Amino acid sequence: MIKCENITKIYQLGINNSVEVLKDINFEIEKGEFVAIMGPSGSGKSTLMNMLGALDRPTSGKYFLDEKDVFDMSDEDLAAIRSEKIGFVFQSFNLLPRSTVLRNVTLPFIYNKQTPKSERKEKAVKCLRDVGLDEDRWEHLSNQLSGGQMQRVAIARALVNDPGIILADEPTGNLDTKTGQIVLETFKKLNRENGHTIILITHDKYVADHADRIIEIRDGAIISDKKK
Amino acid sequence: MLFSDLFEETMFSLSANKSRSALTILGIVIGIGSVIAMISIGQGATKNITDQVQSLGTNLLSVMPGNQKQSGNIVKGGMGSATSLTMEDSEAIKTSIAEAVAVAPTVSSRKQVTAKGTNTNTSIYGIDESYFGVKNVEIENGSSITEQHTKSRSKVAVLGPTTVTDLFGEGSNPLGQKVRIGSQEFSVIGTTVAKGGSGMGSSDDLIYIPITTAQQYLTGSESVSTINVQISEENLMTLAQEEITALLLERHNIADSTAADFSIMNQADMVETMSSVTETMTLLLGAIAGISLLVGGIGIMNMMLTTVTERTREIGLRKSLGANSKNITLQFLAESVSLTFLGGVIGIVLGKVAAWLISIFSSLTTVVSYSSILLAFGISALIGIVFGYYPAKRAAKLNPIDALRYQ
Repeated sequence: MIKCENITKIYQLGINNSVEVLKDINFEIEKGEFVAIMGPSGSGKSTLMNMLGALDRPTSGKYFLDEKDVFDMSDEDLAAIRSEKIGFVFQSFNLLPRSTVLRNVTLPFIYNKQTPKSERKEKAVKCLRDVGLDEDRWEHLSNQLSGGQMQRVAIARALVNDPGIILADEPTGNLDTKTGQIVLETFKKLNRENGHTIILITHDKYVADHADRIIEIRDGAIISDKKK
Repeated sequence: MLFSDLFEETMFSLSANKSRSALTILGIVIGIGSVIAMISIGQGATKNITDQVQSLGTNLLSVMPGNQKQSGNIVKGGMGSATSLTMEDSEAIKTSIAEAVAVAPTVSSRKQVTAKGTNTNTSIYGIDESYFGVKNVEIENGSSITEQHTKSRSKVAVLGPTTVTDLFGEGSNPLGQKVRIGSQEFSVIGTTVAKGGSGMGSSDDLIYIPITTAQQYLTGSESVSTINVQISEENLMTLAQEEITALLLERHNIADSTAADFSIMNQADMVETMSSVTETMTLLLGAIAGISLLVGGIGIMNMMLTTVTERTREIGLRKSLGANSKNITLQFLAESVSLTFLGGVIGIVLGKVAAWLISIFSSLTTVVSYSSILLAFGISALIGIVFGYYPAKRAAKLNPIDALRYQ
């Protein structure tokens, strides 16, 4: 499903001053896998996530998503890929403030024509059920929710367009251990029961241990790739 | 992206910050409102002048004597001071110009007029029976000047309403009374309906007497001061003007048309000349009001730039959810256009109310035309696009990764 070939990313900070953030990254992720990409801060894992999420292009190398070379595409096509194939979950939730839960969850439909307006709410409700958010919260404003609830809304939002891959960047970073656990269980459930491919980016060994496979990177290079 | 989605998103973000949206709209409201009000004053003035000229008669050509020039003398008399036009010229126009429906020669002068101890200085018009028809003057009381009066040089007078008030007092009936013009006594046989207008050339402050009487007792010459010619159709005016010029040049034995001893005023020319002044005024007023519109537009841009900065993370999020640059541009453009559109609608209403108040509380006439409303509407939409484009482009250009990390 995902195939990275010799991906390198070099940030040009000035003349004769460049940083090689990713060095010759190679791996494949199959459909239905639950993978954690683990590394300390500055290891290049966020840059890698941006590549996988079609937000950024590498300096060299190839990235195949469903056998298609993503980086040859125009910005507009990349946007379409993000809309159809990738669901993002961020550390800081990034919900629309002063908006209801339902409005937040239906937001991705605006940029994806595949779901007719009449079916939007139905799909959103299904995703909210999948992440286990109580029905009495659905009309609440996003800023009235607890952190764990916000992150589950964000996960529901990532799910509505039924993307193949969920990319979660430090999804428990802003949560306490207990709510973090709930969020991680949610991912697990989505992977086990609904068959979503989940890629978890984290610096935390404990979080990474929830995944079936851990790719460890350090200083821009993969140092280990273990399956449980 | 569906239009309904775009609309909902726009309404949502505008209502998220109501007071700021309202203040930004206010800038456009004031701008559009003042443009509408100012232009209405200018167009009111134009309408005033056009109406006044129209009220003098329709499809009218006025033949007037040129300035008096004597050979060897460099002193020129004023326009119309010459005595080159005669009753025979008038007759000739009537008989040989096909387009002339009616011809009304007049003799005018200014005299002191007295009646029973009161007196006034007013214009005396010597006219014939066709004059009232040509000039759209209507009789209010009594009768008009008839052919019989001109033939027999009767000493009868028809008074304008202002003159009636000056000589006999407000609301009195002057019919059958006597007025003394110069050394002659005239009996009043009628009064005319008020036409409005004031100052020199007002058709309310004057006395009409038969033209022959005027020539005999007042001017003492056979010449006429104006020949009013009514033309059958508006598009024949130019043709008729050329024909009359040719006819009179021939009659006066003048070969060179530049040396003509008369001039022909076209009513359309008069309207054009006078309204060009008010059009300039309209433009000036509109331009001044336009400045406030420009300031309002800059207010929009300012607000949109602030919004873009504030919502950087939201823009990043939308991009990560699959929004492309076009979607983002469209969203922010829609917000600024909605602001100016709303401001435009309120501004038009406000401008109309202002124009109405101006016409009530001052002597100015105001006209709010559809074209000025359309113009204001177009301008406000354009301002939304122009001043919204830069912030929208800036939003669209944001790198999603940086935007998502923005604090």
